[in-house]
Amino acid sequence: MQITVYVNGATCTATVEPRLLLIHFLRDDLRLTGSHWGCDTSNCGACVVWLDDTPVKSCTVLAVMADGRRVLTVEGLEQRGRLDPVQEGFARCHGLQCGFCTPGMMMTARWLLDHHPDPSPQEIREAISGQICRCTGYENIVRSIVWAGQHEAGAHDA
Amino acid sequence: MTPEPLITEPLTADSPTPEPLTAELVTPGAYGPVRRKEDARFIRGKGLFVDDIQLPGMLYGAVLRSPLAHARIVSVDVESALAHPQVEAVITGEMLAARGLAWMPTLSGDVQAVLATDKVRYQGQEIAFVVARDRYSARDALELISVEYEPLPPVVDAQRALDPGAPVVRDDLPGKTDNHIFDWEAGDEAATAAAFAAADVVVTQDMLYPRSHPAPLETCGIVADLDTVSGKLTLWATTQAPHAHRTLYSLVVGIPEHKIRVVSPDVGGGFGNKVPVYPGYICAIVGTMLTGRPVKWMEDRSENLMSTSFARDYHMHGEIAATRDGRILALRARVLGDHGAFNATAQPTKYPAGFFHIFTGSYDLQAAHCQVTAVHTNKAPGGVAYACSFRITEAVYLVERMVDLLARELEMDPAQLRMQNLLRPEQFPYTGPTGWEYDSGEYPRALNLALDMAGYAELRKEQADKRARGEYMGIGLSFFTEGVGAGPRAHMDILGFGMADGADLRVFPTGKAVLAISVQTQGQGHETTFAQIVAQELGLSPDDVDVVHGDTDRTPFGLGTYGSRSTPVSGAAAVVVARKVRERARLVAAAMLEVSADDLDWSDGAWRVRGDPEQSARIPEIAMAAHSSLELPEGVEGHLDAETVYNPPNLTFPFGAYICVTDVDPGTGVVKVRRFIAVDDCGVRINPMIVEGQVHGGLADGVGMALMQVIAFDTDGNCLGGSFMDYLLPTALECPSWELGATVTPSPHHPIGAKGVGESATVGSPAAVVNSVLDALAPFGVRHADMPLTPANVWSAIQGRPLRTDLAVS
Repeated sequence: MQITVYVNGATCTATVEPRLLLIHFLRDDLRLTGSHWGCDTSNCGACVVWLDDTPVKSCTVLAVMADGRRVLTVEGLEQRGRLDPVQEGFARCHGLQCGFCTPGMMMTARWLLDHHPDPSPQEIREAISGQICRCTGYENIVRSIVWAGQHEAGAHDA
Repeated sequence: MTPEPLITEPLTADSPTPEPLTAELVTPGAYGPVRRKEDARFIRGKGLFVDDIQLPGMLYGAVLRSPLAHARIVSVDVESALAHPQVEAVITGEMLAARGLAWMPTLSGDVQAVLATDKVRYQGQEIAFVVARDRYSARDALELISVEYEPLPPVVDAQRALDPGAPVVRDDLPGKTDNHIFDWEAGDEAATAAAFAAADVVVTQDMLYPRSHPAPLETCGIVADLDTVSGKLTLWATTQAPHAHRTLYSLVVGIPEHKIRVVSPDVGGGFGNKVPVYPGYICAIVGTMLTGRPVKWMEDRSENLMSTSFARDYHMHGEIAATRDGRILALRARVLGDHGAFNATAQPTKYPAGFFHIFTGSYDLQAAHCQVTAVHTNKAPGGVAYACSFRITEAVYLVERMVDLLARELEMDPAQLRMQNLLRPEQFPYTGPTGWEYDSGEYPRALNLALDMAGYAELRKEQADKRARGEYMGIGLSFFTEGVGAGPRAHMDILGFGMADGADLRVFPTGKAVLAISVQTQGQGHETTFAQIVAQELGLSPDDVDVVHGDTDRTPFGLGTYGSRSTPVSGAAAVVVARKVRERARLVAAAMLEVSADDLDWSDGAWRVRGDPEQSARIPEIAMAAHSSLELPEGVEGHLDAETVYNPPNLTFPFGAYICVTDVDPGTGVVKVRRFIAVDDCGVRINPMIVEGQVHGGLADGVGMALMQVIAFDTDGNCLGGSFMDYLLPTALECPSWELGATVTPSPHHPIGAKGVGESATVGSPAAVVNSVLDALAPFGVRHADMPLTPANVWSAIQGRPLRTDLAVS
């Protein structure tokens, strides 16, 4: 099937198998390897990207379901050489160790801050509770997102 | 550097509050909470993990696995799979056997089937390997392979593995007629028996540390690429030990070692899971040898959970002896270790039960004895993977549960009982009853700090008030001592490889440096910490030092990152090699400043003339001179580069005091971890931010293992933890906001006084959580229940019937 997906602002047209998962389309076909595959069962959230304006687990979304829609991945967070505050928050607050869950966590965090500009730590924990991090014990992820929320306008290059 | 001892008296109601320890945590210079160099790529999605690698013409592998736990293989028919238009090759055990590759050595000196030839011995065992042009076709072709099995009765319950007439798992081993692997013991059996005979009180308890799985978020995988012209085999692999893997591949596959390059690129978590060599790696190598094209193999999550190295699975019987007034006299343990179908634990040859015999923990005992028996079962192989410091986590769990049970028997406060039995600072270096020499410790200080941070007395009061209202909160303690940084090569090796690690340091003319190390990072931040180590020694900024790791063509030999050994062993190597550079620089500086080298002192990041410190030279100036036409003294050929191999004189012994506060709903059995206070002493902290991150992660492991994680089996040997739907891991909602404290007791033998910390919290925290839950359940008369303390298990325990958590008995 031929699909056209608007990924990080670019128009991507490709012929894909109907069964191709969105995560594999992004990673293997478009070579956007920032989003990761971790579990197959929608439990870990390493594969979270935005479909239109909603975070989805791209390991359980077919690429053809993204036809005609917008996809935002971690590669699209940085704008014109300017880091998103979420990215800067993760680096400042040691919100990552191995870095494998980080892209998915940041995509969810970006969505949360867009809809709840000043979330409490508990609201942050609930927002990322569909995602797993094996390294950080979550505390510094929460701090990173709090930091980002407090610095939405003041981000600069890291 | 050694701080003043603060509190050494036993805990009493009016014990003074420990001084804040902030000052001693701040070391001048390059140490400190500097931001990680690694993060720039990860926050942009620009990391390079194995599955990110895509080479021209690359093929994809997939493994056919056994659905049965124990069965004879009658036939494997791959004809239809080979006919699949996208399939390039199908590898079977028979094909491997023809090349002598059907079996490979394990890290315990056993052998493991690469692809099964005679029978399958656990559910998920590898049977065939398909190589196809794309990921999905490789999976499709697995469906086209037909295997005829003759089912055999499985050995699932480790406690029945040695029964007469039990099915024999390893009939491939000549003369093998049972499932016994080894018996091993440590300590003084007679002295322990005497201490028990003289004791007022003896408490015994059976407990299971159930099978768990480290489950790094990135599964295991490899890209194997043989250059058919040069004969060079390049492997990008999820490995924590690239050098050891290269040697093993060379020995197994027969390619000369210098023709193999193992690259461990960014690795998405390891926790021990990525120490062993797995059959899929060998199959991918054979795949590239057969096809002449690169072959990628990435396991899926179920494959990871069902077939790669598990952890724990220790059935333990503990006995503790004490006087009526709470003096612990002796400890005894009998352990049955379930090692699965192949004995594939990674541990020093001398110690088949790892470092379990450190099970006397942090206490001053007269005697101890432990005995460990290991057996085969029809379960996946492995054994020490999961941040356990070579079985110390099982040991800590045993002793910390026994001490809590003793406190209950004596009707003593568990904090008080611990405090009055902890080793005293003046006893260090301390040789324990099973032979370990602990390097340094100030245990009462750490426990006092934790109790103070927790507000322990107020918590006990709150607990009493709540109990009176029918609310059940628990307060659980754990005090752990680890031995990490394996290890002295005279005592410790893996498969004959001594556990020493190399470091090479190059200093360029402008004074910028590149350090090459044998260990590598799976998230621990080596690129930052090791740069800080070198920067501190040479008076540079960490920004001036790059760290190369995880590439056997670019780094010196060493055994890799596990067992919290990077800082104790490789970190020490980095210090030593930097000091070698500094000494070379001294000779060059002497020539530059036209003084004798003996008249130079190193201070404030420069070589300075004694008595005239303004006359000085820093490393960048010296490096330029060392590469110039300056006439150098005898013996100095130029340049500052150096190399070293570090053979640690002993392990380092980090320790800590943990307190966990839980609330238990007796109606549902749901446990909520309300607070977790963790005081860790890992000696000098190079980057406190990274250290705290390591502790955070381990505390989450403890919550997970105590409350939800288990790889259980049904009576047919079906794995019941084969996906994240079934194998539950803690999320942000199950974890509290960790409350960390620190004391600093430097290691006397490590060149900068550092100790390992990567596994401390994983080792120390499960016992605190379990002790807390069982403390909450005390009013119900619940004495013990095994991990994981799921709602069902807690509820059953309240009803007087704690569950057996490793088996689903129908």
